[in-house]
Amino acid sequence: MTAATLSPALADTVLTRFARRRLAAFAVPLAILAYLAYAAMAFDLAGLAGRARMDNAAVLLSDFWQHKTHVTRDNRSGALRVAIDGEAKGTYPPDRLPGWIATQGDATRIDLGQGHVVTYDAQGARYEVPGYGLIDIRPQDGGLHLTAPQPLPDWINASDSRVSVTTPAGRFAYTRSKVETFRYQPGWALFFFTLDSPFHYMSWPEIAASALWGPRLDSGLPNVAAMARDFWTNAMWRHGDVIWAMFETVLMAFLGTFGAALAALPLGFMAARNMMPFGALRFGLRRVFDFIRGVDGLIWTIVLARAFGPGPMTGALAILLTDTGSFGKMFSEALENIDEKQVEGIRSTGAGAVQRARFGVIPQVTPVLLSQVLYFLESNTRGATVIGAIVGGGIGLLLTQAIQTQKDWEDVAYYMVLIVLMVMAMDSFSGWLRRRLIKG
Amino acid sequence: MAALAPDDIRDAYLELTRRRRLYGGLLLVIFVAMMAAGFRLAESRNAGGFVDGLPMLLAFPSEVLAEAWQKRANLPGLLAEHLPSLVETLNIAAVSTLMGGLMAMGLALLSTRGLARWPRLTGLFRRLMDALRAVPEIVVALVLIYILGGGPVPAVIAISLHTAGALGKLFSEVAENADLKPVEGLASVGAGWSQQVGLGVLPQVAPNWLSYALMRFEINLRASAILGFVGAGGIGYDLKLAMQWGMGRYDEVVAIFALLFVAIVAIDRLSDHARSRLVRG
Repeated sequence: MTAATLSPALADTVLTRFARRRLAAFAVPLAILAYLAYAAMAFDLAGLAGRARMDNAAVLLSDFWQHKTHVTRDNRSGALRVAIDGEAKGTYPPDRLPGWIATQGDATRIDLGQGHVVTYDAQGARYEVPGYGLIDIRPQDGGLHLTAPQPLPDWINASDSRVSVTTPAGRFAYTRSKVETFRYQPGWALFFFTLDSPFHYMSWPEIAASALWGPRLDSGLPNVAAMARDFWTNAMWRHGDVIWAMFETVLMAFLGTFGAALAALPLGFMAARNMMPFGALRFGLRRVFDFIRGVDGLIWTIVLARAFGPGPMTGALAILLTDTGSFGKMFSEALENIDEKQVEGIRSTGAGAVQRARFGVIPQVTPVLLSQVLYFLESNTRGATVIGAIVGGGIGLLLTQAIQTQKDWEDVAYYMVLIVLMVMAMDSFSGWLRRRLIKG
Repeated sequence: MAALAPDDIRDAYLELTRRRRLYGGLLLVIFVAMMAAGFRLAESRNAGGFVDGLPMLLAFPSEVLAEAWQKRANLPGLLAEHLPSLVETLNIAAVSTLMGGLMAMGLALLSTRGLARWPRLTGLFRRLMDALRAVPEIVVALVLIYILGGGPVPAVIAISLHTAGALGKLFSEVAENADLKPVEGLASVGAGWSQQVGLGVLPQVAPNWLSYALMRFEINLRASAILGFVGAGGIGYDLKLAMQWGMGRYDEVVAIFALLFVAIVAIDRLSDHARSRLVRG
């Protein structure tokens, strides 16, 4: 074909189309930009900068990977308390203080590392900062007397009733009632054993040795069992509760997904055009599926939580109900798309409706349905975390609790890691199952 | 191969079928037993039992509906009052689908064999998408609410990140099946990477990508309603406030339910329609 045979009308059409395309190529990004600009205004992005709490972000990020130890002296009684994160369950017994704290009579010497040394004694407290000098604080006639190289840098905050010092090595605060030093150290403290467990004070080789042949520390139990018990009942990290919560979450997803699949299978048959002769029933079922999907999991979750109370069963039922709607729709569509020839073949042998379904339809649709169900299992594992946060069950509940207390950010980080691992594990499990069941 | 008598073949076949049926039946029994045991366990860890709760199932909805019916005169006003929140929820879903979709486009193109800008880094981008997909939205949203305060922005960021991971995987599966001949043709005339992708690949994959993005929009609408319930603005937050109030504000609860229901059904319908047109035409 040559250009000469091209009719002018065709050339015009092509050119108009090209012009329209070119216009669209500019108009679509412009429309997107305009919409985003509108959304930025609607969401008050400008005001956000003022409301954002960057100090919270700093706290959160530092808590994610490090812990702090509070070394507190009550200035009235003189009692010394060393506690991780200042919590009662993280308090060191007085005879087993960490190596960087040395006590001698009234005096306590705290080595913060990098040459920073804090000393508490009967006169008051001193903080030696390398490259700056000695900060000396003494209580005097109802106030605090500070002696330090002048002028005071901005990391020292001094008033008559309170002196606080913040350095890269730690934080220090003196008030009339107490003096407190915070030392920051990397890592999650007491992750395996808390301070009341004898295994906390052992190194890894020592723990291995005591597990294998060491003398029993608890006469009633072998050491390995005692370790497992101490780990499981760890009061700081609550490993036992956390593992139960993860299990609950997976259980919710499992029960919900497969329960929905079992419920939706007969309903799907009844809602498929080629399986169900009564149009009214089919239509009714379709609308029921639409209704269930339209009401949405959030509202089902709320309604069910009112009836059954918080817990994993409520979450499982919420997933079950929501997914019955989705599966019913998907299954009936899959059933409408089957190859009728196989059913016809079965019919020619004189099979009844149930037999036709069993031998003519089920073998065809099983792979399709199964892969849909397994995809839902994956996404429901994530969804069960969210539903758990609303109905109060599983790891979602622990996570929201930890976030709402606004101080246990290391727990939040721990749960996040566990959730990601759980979701990835479920992904690969369902992928494996899909390959086994569908291809093999 | 020695010839087998027809009877032997039949017996062997029936034996095989019987054994298969036995195994299948056993598996089914084990599966059902596991489900039942799991359900019992879940029930024992629940605050209320299944049987005790069943009669209560309709109590709450009927209580709510009865109160709303009494105050039905308020409903139009309440619907209008909560419409802005619904718009906010829709905006959250739309913006996060857009931004997540744009991120997903980049990630998909960077992690597709044959198209990637840096072929050695495809694995890295794939793992990145896996990680983005694995983090549930609620985790990111709650952490961001702590930093940024309540409101739609944490929800948008959380849903966008998740969308980028989820759509990225689907997009790259589509792009993997794209015909690479146009790309070769463009490369032969000296087109750069962005031109090859923009003119050679995007026109091929656009209908499928759009269809997936629309499906994601439906999912994100639900997600943004749920995130509102944990404090991220929109209609979910209104619902939470009304629910916390309890009796006396059930007319408000019904109005919000109705808005959410209509929005979800309408969006589902529209996107179903648009998707079937995209994929067919």
